[in-house]
Amino acid sequence: MENFSNGDYGLFLANFLLLLILFVVGVAIARIRSLFAIVMLSGVYSLVSATWFVALDAVDVAFTEAAVGAGISTALMLGAMLLTARTAKAEKRFSRIAPFLVVVVTGAVLLYATADLPALGDPNSPVNTGVGQEYLQRHYGEMGFPNVVTSVLASYRGIDTLGEVVVVFAAGLAVALLLGFGERSLAESIRNGDEN
Amino acid sequence: MLEIIAARGNYWIIIALMMTGLYITFEANNLIKRLVGLSVFQTSVFLFYITLSKVAGGTAPILMGGDIKKKAKHAGEEAGAAAGGQGEAAGAGTGLENVYSNPLPHVLILTAIVVGVSTLAVGLALVVRIREAYGTIESDEVRAIDIDVALAEEMDAPAREGAQ
Repeated sequence: MENFSNGDYGLFLANFLLLLILFVVGVAIARIRSLFAIVMLSGVYSLVSATWFVALDAVDVAFTEAAVGAGISTALMLGAMLLTARTAKAEKRFSRIAPFLVVVVTGAVLLYATADLPALGDPNSPVNTGVGQEYLQRHYGEMGFPNVVTSVLASYRGIDTLGEVVVVFAAGLAVALLLGFGERSLAESIRNGDEN
Repeated sequence: MLEIIAARGNYWIIIALMMTGLYITFEANNLIKRLVGLSVFQTSVFLFYITLSKVAGGTAPILMGGDIKKKAKHAGEEAGAAAGGQGEAAGAGTGLENVYSNPLPHVLILTAIVVGVSTLAVGLALVVRIREAYGTIESDEVRAIDIDVALAEEMDAPAREGAQ
């Protein structure tokens, strides 16, 4: 707690409150069977997590999550839902026990591991003393604009971003190959035309 | 007690979220619901990274105030010093007026969000194809159809061998 100056307490409460909202939304997703509600709740989940990112200083992540996570992926899931089904079938009762046990055991192991993690906001943790600080120091002299995240994304770690572009390209190609460029719907309409 | 919650509470809730995502992924028969569970899991990993990047009393990693003016004046020597004296880089002697959160995890997560949406798109395309081929997106029904087809092939195999 001594890591937090007084001004941070409000932020700190917001942090916990938003995380709790996220948890409630997650549990709701697990329990609901209407696919439309599930997809919409996952959009809500993304938006709340974007708000949380702002509370923890990650503004660039926040607007990417709001645009890509809440916008594009919700649109993609809605499209897929319209092409497939509207509701999920109810699971059998006993089929829930095994996953629940696996999840509880995994969660317990992970909770045990949190004892070794640095405290929230610790400026001397291994994460925060490494190359990130150096980026902050060198950035303005080398780039000349204030946003550090931009320069790290596009310049210091430009190869990472190039790799990301390759992944997006490969994913786009895979989707195009899976769904085709409209040949199958064309074939179907031709077939229907023959029958009539 | 409050101190422990303040320091570690984020991790606990994030693990709970992660386990919720894992549970949805395991439990759901519906393939779209399963993908939603996967994205809940994924978002919890983003939350974990951003928690690690927070520095107490810090602000968003967009330089402001004196940091911009000072750097503008001696841009050259500042960059040279940072490149040369690496030992000075860590900890308190940052040479910055304000405290900023660590930008590096932010960049990693920016990349991860976009990659996550790409994989989600591929997954959904696969679900649409499964629906076209099987007429259902419930994984147990798909499995039942697969078993029926395999059994039918088994039954056919001796008959075909006999014919030869």
